[in-house]
Amino acid sequence: MTKQVHLGAHFPGVNNTTVWSDPEAGSHIEFSSFARFAQAAERGRLDFLFLAEGLRLREQNGEIYDLDVVGRPDTFTVLAALAAVTDRIGLAGTINSTFNEPYEVARQFATLDHLSAGRAAWNVVTSWDAFTGENFRRGGFLPQEERYERARTFLQTAHELFDSWRGDEIVADKATGTFLREPRPGRFAHTDAHFDIAGQFDVPRSPQGRPVVFQAGDSDEGRDFAAAQADAIFSRHSTREAGQAFYADVKGRLARFGRRPEELLILPAATFVIGDTDAEAAELAHEVRMQQVSGQTAIRFLEQLWNRDLSDHDPDGPLPTVDPVVGGQHVAQGRASVRMHRDPLATAAEWRRLAEAKGFSIRELMVEVTARQSFVGSPETVAATIDDLVQADAADGYVLVPHLTPGGLDPFVDRVVPLLQERGVFRTDYAGTTLRDHLGLAPL
Amino acid sequence: MSDTPLLHLAVALDGAGWHPAAWREPDARPADLLTAGYWVDLVTEAQRGLLDLVTIEDALALQSTDRWGPDDRTDQVRGRLDAVQVAARVAPVTAGIGLVPTAVVTHTEPFHLSKAIATLDYVSTGRAGLRVRVAGSRAEAAHVGRRDLPDVRSVDPRDPAVAALSRELFDEATDWVEVLRRLWDSWEDDAEIRDVATGRFVDRHKLHRVDFTGRHFSVAGPSITPRPPQGQPIVAALAHHAVPYEFVGRNADLGFVTPRDAEHAAAVVTEIRAAQAAAGRQDETVHVFGDLVVFLDDDAATARARRDRLDDTAGAEYTSDARVFTGTHVQLADLLTEWAAAGLTGFRLRPATLPHDLRQVTGGLVPELQRRGLFRRAYEASTLRGLLGLPRPANRYATV
Repeated sequence: MTKQVHLGAHFPGVNNTTVWSDPEAGSHIEFSSFARFAQAAERGRLDFLFLAEGLRLREQNGEIYDLDVVGRPDTFTVLAALAAVTDRIGLAGTINSTFNEPYEVARQFATLDHLSAGRAAWNVVTSWDAFTGENFRRGGFLPQEERYERARTFLQTAHELFDSWRGDEIVADKATGTFLREPRPGRFAHTDAHFDIAGQFDVPRSPQGRPVVFQAGDSDEGRDFAAAQADAIFSRHSTREAGQAFYADVKGRLARFGRRPEELLILPAATFVIGDTDAEAAELAHEVRMQQVSGQTAIRFLEQLWNRDLSDHDPDGPLPTVDPVVGGQHVAQGRASVRMHRDPLATAAEWRRLAEAKGFSIRELMVEVTARQSFVGSPETVAATIDDLVQADAADGYVLVPHLTPGGLDPFVDRVVPLLQERGVFRTDYAGTTLRDHLGLAPL
Repeated sequence: MSDTPLLHLAVALDGAGWHPAAWREPDARPADLLTAGYWVDLVTEAQRGLLDLVTIEDALALQSTDRWGPDDRTDQVRGRLDAVQVAARVAPVTAGIGLVPTAVVTHTEPFHLSKAIATLDYVSTGRAGLRVRVAGSRAEAAHVGRRDLPDVRSVDPRDPAVAALSRELFDEATDWVEVLRRLWDSWEDDAEIRDVATGRFVDRHKLHRVDFTGRHFSVAGPSITPRPPQGQPIVAALAHHAVPYEFVGRNADLGFVTPRDAEHAAAVVTEIRAAQAAAGRQDETVHVFGDLVVFLDDDAATARARRDRLDDTAGAEYTSDARVFTGTHVQLADLLTEWAAAGLTGFRLRPATLPHDLRQVTGGLVPELQRRGLFRRAYEASTLRGLLGLPRPANRYATV
């Protein structure tokens, strides 16, 4: 059976994927940018809009990192406002389980679900670092190894709060004066190593029952967490081979948690560049890569592996002769990607071999080794590629990450979506009203 | 034109209205209280009356007749939405009117609320404020689970236990507001430079740590959200006695108070002005609005009969911390004029029922005050600070 493609739209974020230096780049803060982006996504009948979150401005070498977009608005507040200027598209927000409490987050998602008539989704993330903790009451309280345990129990507790109202408690019969069917709705009590709370939840059951749950972690623990509790995974494996391996692995875990494969969608993040022809797109893609990896950015990337100040190096020159610093305080703070360099010495050796073999400068090497666009080509090529990857179980769809704010989604919506619709693998209109409907998830 | 200063008017929105039987009125929409459309309609009506702002009540607990914990009532409205998001949902489809949701201080992160209200200011293009509320109930604390509170079960400020708890909660609120205000200033207005030549998106010298350290929390900063359009959104608080009066004088732009009569109003204003001066803010504008619950009809007998009928329905006479006014919009205009002469700069009206008493305000009271030259005939500013006569403040961290 032909699978239907699911598509999300990631509002451009605060890393070098986003090209702010382009003359067409607009505000990352003004609401008009968010409204325009969301309305483009809804015009394309996309499943949902996605907002990332970061709770401390990134630093490198002890100073605020200033080469990428800096600053963003509050997730819930923007999503609630977007509910006013859209009708159907899902509204997905990243909210941290470490620097929040379940009662407050549960009422915020239940509220968003009410105010959007059933379109809320929660991407649960688990940052734990003391650097971010410096902005919060608890500080850096959580050991790294407990972060998934807290996330798991946080989500479990939130689900108990969402489920504390069945949905039929409010009668509101003016004639008899019966507002509630019975006294004390929303009762809950939860005690574990992380939370000890009890009382009454104050937001009655929302249209979807609870928000759609996304998860984005990639570790073994993260995959188990998703297999146990998530409705969708926002993964980074957008290539065919890596996608298929991830897809098979995660879908294979579901049975252990008593779930069926269709109950968890795999949605890798995907960047794209579209041209009239494949050749034109390839040329454009190279231009975008050069905008994304300036000489200064290349040096900063190199520092993130080397873990030392390399500002005296020439980005158009060779790699440093010194080795990376292993361990200790990292030069880059507030950035999840630095934790991905598990063996800096081995990676440095590999990069040196590559640079030597191809004669790459630092900047050329960084263009080569950091993320390239997932989909590059004519609209026909991109549509065919996405369809093929979804049918080949490399994904259930993609979360599109444009490089321009706010207009970066337009080429995809205007040129690729109609071709996916012609192929019969993408909706021509929304069939339902809730995000669960769009994602093909059964009602709760 | 007279020299009389114009009055400021706010309405306090809560559920189906402030009377517990309000939801049973013929025009009430009790099944819609959790929908966006309900709130959009109410705020649009308030905007039609050119009101300065609406407040939206909130708590981290279900409504109850017992302020210390849940009750067993089934005949009153229960269930609510997060007020900040209600304001955000309303913002893109309104213009002119200020949006002031309630936020609980005692159990929340100042970092989160700072960016939420800054963002409300962005999505409303400069119409945001917040009303800070301390939460002294142990039941509410148990929902969050981060702290325990003493079991005082009284609001009498002469009770030493009440005074001590009140002092502690408002001291924390002072720190909390201080952190919000610092975070709002932690980006200078021109910090975002987008300098293509040097590759820098921001001038990092115009981003500032706030480095607040207090008894209940420490916050490093800077905010993740740039300085909001108003610079500093409006901070409001409801105050009933000396400790919160001092809090208003020291920290707020707007205090809501509950005088019994004009004489009491004058005494309260004097106390807040003294606190304001003691905090070195005598040159700043701090508004003091009188709160009143209002039952309004075209003639006084109808208003009285309606109130009696609502009380009968509820099974008890309605009482409030605020003065309850029952009568016509002309009589109310007389009362507001008298109280304004005692030093109040405006009023926050709590409609006993919605939408009836709100429509009486926008369709009756407002035209009456306009006739008397006491209320605006059009929005004279596009920001809430502008409506309240507050300048856009300088940034505390800016060096030039």
